Amino acid sequence: MHDFDYVAPTTLDEAIAALAKHDGQARCLAGGTDLIDQMRTGRRRPALVVDVKKIPELNALVVSDDGLRLGAAVPCSDVYRNEGVAQDYAALADAARIIGGIQIQNRASIGGNVCNSSPAADSVPALIALQAVCVIAGPNGPREVPIERFFTGPGGNVLEAGELLVELRMPPRPPRSGSHYRRFIPRNEMDIAVVGVGASVQLEDDGRTVAAARIGLGAVAPTPLLAEEAARVLVGRSVDDEAALSDAAEAARAVIRPIDDMRGTKAFRSHVTGVLVQRVVRAAAARARGESLDYCPGH
Amino acid sequence: MATVEKQRQRKYRVLGTRPVRHDGVDKVTGRARYGADTHLPGMLYAAMLRSPHAHARIVSIDTSAAEAMPGVHAVVTREDFPDVSNRIVELGEGAVNLGHLSQNVMARNKVLYKGHAVAAVAADSIHIAREAAQRIRVEYEILPPVLDVLEAMSDDAPVLNEDVRTEEFGGGTGDRPTNVAKHFHYEKGDVEAGFARAAVIVEREFRTATVHQGYIEPHAATALWNPDGHVTIWTCTQGSFTARQQTAELLGLPVSRVRVIPTEIGGGFGGKISVYLEPVAALLAKKSGRPVKLVMDRSEVLEGTGPTPGSYIRVKMGADRDGRITAAEAYLAYEAGAFPGSPINPGCMCIFACYDVPNGRIDGYDVCVNKPRTNAYRAPGATNAAFAAETVIDEICEQLGMDPLEFRLKNAAVEGTRRIDGVTYSRIGMKETVEAILNSEHYRSELKGPNRGRGVASGFWFNVGLKSTVVATVNPDGTVSLVEGSTDIGGTRTSVAMQLAETLGIAAEDVQPLVADTDSVGYTDVTGGSRVTFSTGIAAIEAAKDIQRQMCERAALIWDCPVDQVRYEDGRVVGPDGQAFTFKELAALVPSTGEPIVGRGTSGKANQGGAFATEVVDVEVDPDTGKVQILRFTVAQDAGCAVHPSYVEGQMQGGVVQGIGWALNEEYIYDDQGRMLNNTFLDYRIPTCYDVPMIDTIIVEVPDPNHPYGVRGVGEVPIVPPPAAIANAIYRAVGVRMDRLPMSPPRVLEKILQSRAAAPAQ
Amino acid sequence: MAKKRVVSAVINGEPTDFLCEPRQTLLEVLRDVLDFTGTKEGCSNGNCGACTVRLNGRIVDSCLVLAVECDGAEIETIEGMAGPDALHPLQQAFLEGAALQCGICTPGFLVAAKALLEENPNPTEQQIRFFLAGNLCRCTGYDKIVRAVQACAAAASEH
Repeated sequence: MHDFDYVAPTTLDEAIAALAKHDGQARCLAGGTDLIDQMRTGRRRPALVVDVKKIPELNALVVSDDGLRLGAAVPCSDVYRNEGVAQDYAALADAARIIGGIQIQNRASIGGNVCNSSPAADSVPALIALQAVCVIAGPNGPREVPIERFFTGPGGNVLEAGELLVELRMPPRPPRSGSHYRRFIPRNEMDIAVVGVGASVQLEDDGRTVAAARIGLGAVAPTPLLAEEAARVLVGRSVDDEAALSDAAEAARAVIRPIDDMRGTKAFRSHVTGVLVQRVVRAAAARARGESLDYCPGH
Repeated sequence: MATVEKQRQRKYRVLGTRPVRHDGVDKVTGRARYGADTHLPGMLYAAMLRSPHAHARIVSIDTSAAEAMPGVHAVVTREDFPDVSNRIVELGEGAVNLGHLSQNVMARNKVLYKGHAVAAVAADSIHIAREAAQRIRVEYEILPPVLDVLEAMSDDAPVLNEDVRTEEFGGGTGDRPTNVAKHFHYEKGDVEAGFARAAVIVEREFRTATVHQGYIEPHAATALWNPDGHVTIWTCTQGSFTARQQTAELLGLPVSRVRVIPTEIGGGFGGKISVYLEPVAALLAKKSGRPVKLVMDRSEVLEGTGPTPGSYIRVKMGADRDGRITAAEAYLAYEAGAFPGSPINPGCMCIFACYDVPNGRIDGYDVCVNKPRTNAYRAPGATNAAFAAETVIDEICEQLGMDPLEFRLKNAAVEGTRRIDGVTYSRIGMKETVEAILNSEHYRSELKGPNRGRGVASGFWFNVGLKSTVVATVNPDGTVSLVEGSTDIGGTRTSVAMQLAETLGIAAEDVQPLVADTDSVGYTDVTGGSRVTFSTGIAAIEAAKDIQRQMCERAALIWDCPVDQVRYEDGRVVGPDGQAFTFKELAALVPSTGEPIVGRGTSGKANQGGAFATEVVDVEVDPDTGKVQILRFTVAQDAGCAVHPSYVEGQMQGGVVQGIGWALNEEYIYDDQGRMLNNTFLDYRIPTCYDVPMIDTIIVEVPDPNHPYGVRGVGEVPIVPPPAAIANAIYRAVGVRMDRLPMSPPRVLEKILQSRAAAPAQ
Repeated sequence: MAKKRVVSAVINGEPTDFLCEPRQTLLEVLRDVLDFTGTKEGCSNGNCGACTVRLNGRIVDSCLVLAVECDGAEIETIEGMAGPDALHPLQQAFLEGAALQCGICTPGFLVAAKALLEENPNPTEQQIRFFLAGNLCRCTGYDKIVRAVQACAAAASEH
């Protein structure tokens, strides 16, 4: 690994100062599961590594009437073990539970997954479905960016030099709502998503008609996508209506811009996007009805 | 389901029991020392520079910037290696061209694959060594790569090695440089007449991808070069003597100047026989005057060692109405990688080896391509071949409306069957493995549910004999110290010790096995070819008999009687007038009654009779994504005599899961410039425990007449059937025939969508 | 070069100070500085689990932890698993169940399996397989590893 310096600030201001001083040559370390590998292979060579795990704001994990506040450094295993998250923000727990193995989940944070900004990041389609907002701090003060507008391209995001992601904020969950995240991978665990789909569905009183929906897509474009049309075509229709689900699948396929790479072809990604959208919407709707999901990750 | 074992007469006391392995405690406490665990005073850490190109001429190498870095002690390149070109030597598991081996260890004029070693640096820390390696300036003249085996065979393909000419089977050599290094040809009977007699003929083409052994421990070597010219090497190798010989040859030293101390070895499967690091570490040690440790990372393992070949195979087979094979024909082209030497010949000999084929013809080609020089991987060459042959058989069975196991039973090779390559079998257990699956609860159970299917396949592997040495010393406390040269990858200390214990009539726990270095034990061939329990076992039995003889002599001395009145029986030395010693009693008297008792045993004459396995798998295919889940798997295998049944089962289960990985997801993925894209365990996807079910085992015991206890090697053959069995199961599940490995989701989905498009609308 | 740091940690119950560069991983320091070579390196990027250790009670891949992060931390390696007089029941179960062949992955599996059984003393087969998916074994096909964990759990629940 290249030579670098290391600091572990205990306040946001210190962290911002350290990041700003190194003007783009500093990198935040939370769980390190992306960064340390990137430094080992020479893909990133920061002069300074800023360990953000000792900053209180980045360790928040609060579910309240105001919604969910998730500090950027909270490891995945804390996320899915939190009953409030598992109950109300199930899509996020679904994602956290399948990011790497347990060893990775004990280190990797959702914030890190977001800031690494891979188009295939598992947490992001879930965060999109759950209407997450990125709370950013920096030398010019705090700002908020909706998750679907955080990314600029593979590995790229809106963070300016000196800025860091403090937390992800999600609004309270509406009644009769449920969410789910699922990905397609060749094995049953330990792979990068070939396609990832997160969905949140709110049902009418009848438990069948879609009142509102949000669908996030991963690994099918240079950045994760909010599939607005795919969600819109579901509204007012029954989740048991095959045509409605098929329309949503088609609408999702229409907005993606997949590539051919070693993990999948364009054609495969496009096909599987539609398949997963239908499965994930059905599962989210089941959860909205309070049913438990008969779902085994990887299957 | 619990393991089913064939009911066996308890004719042995030790064999067939399940003692805790002798090296077990070291391995569950972290105390066992593996390749990278070597640490010597003053040791330097080394790193390699490897080619970023698949095919290029090296114009120049400038090491000055690396040498100038503080903390750097030595740099080696092609300039430091002696010229050993074109000597052919026998290295235990086949002849090797030393010039090619040396060029593979360190590139000379050309680099022939991405990852080809170009230079190495020894420094105070691994970080300095890696940074320094990156500062070495190499000027390359990039050449077009050839990656596909059939393209590489064409006349206008770029030629990798100017010195390669096609060697024809039975004599004759081509007259111009080519990538086709060898052509094998076997023929039996009248093939055309055989096909003419057939009621059903199926002919299909297959492709398989390059796959890696995937041992979890990366290669590691530590070298010390003394000023007197003696070199000591600590390395995780499958064969310390072959590592010694290769290292000595490549450095131009007599073997007596090289001592190889084998560490524990974290998996090999055939991939840790060739040397990669040992000569390089030795030269760095010589130049720096310090001990040097050189360890690969995972990407170097995948890109810079010897995976097993991708292949093109065409199979044509005919059978009569009764389901008897009338003729079979195969064309196999295997990717040798950068230098000649793929396992094409075993592939040719294995492809129809399970069956009595009256008329057959097999052509095989060893072809260089710009990929790493391939190497052995568990039954090398056989899995590719079985995927093709066993899939074609399944299609024939379908056309005949015949149970695929009944077909196999009808055509099974038996004692006296002559293979197409001319070998006639001694007593073998092919038929018995088929019967074991036919009668298994698994095969007789009903498989319910949509998109589910069941497939079967059989496989053959030769197993080898080769040479081993065992020395065993009787201790006064009645135990025996056993010194052997076979490195222990999967519990062979115990399976060898058990055979010595059985022969002496003592407990397995009373034998203490030790794997010694090349200066401490007689010559021993590699741990490979499923040979250790067989051949080192024979050496242990011989050593035990030597001890028996000396114990009898000692008892005769004590009893003052002629030695011919003393015999060794059931762990006791029995003499005239009812006199007797237990082994322990006499062992206690050894120090006070004469010289030490040391048994010596060697092996090398016996060849193995061959191993067979038949396997059944249930799969479920997701018709919308093409993903295949393994629901249930049962393997039946002829072990001859299962010395330690747990470790026999373990070999069967491990081989099967490697076969599942090969079948479903493992492959080297290249870009068009020959750069491997998936050079990590993230994207080179070996199965996790969450991808597979329990693997049920049925041990069949048809004793091998070539071994005193009937032992057959068990390590390799279980990997052979899974890809074919799974392909056949996929067909039963969703009606598509897979002709490419791996059968990854995109490939299965593509076939499903094609078949839907072709089917008439419902 | 970045200054070396003094890191104070408790390793297998022993307070331990060591010097490291920021770029050294916990795995490198454990193996090359502190001689805890029972922790193995298989892939260097968190995919094989051979380097699994407990960090403040949780299993992590030590190849993906910087040693400087461990100041004040509690670390448990395979060397800390057996008692002075006896092996840990999982170690014993692995021996009796022949749950290892080459043994290189064994320390990582044992450390992970111990964490699993502490968290979930009676896991189902699927739960065992899911929890251990971050540990690769290439020799055993996993069957006997999963069975050894099951056997250990069953024996513990009888007491």
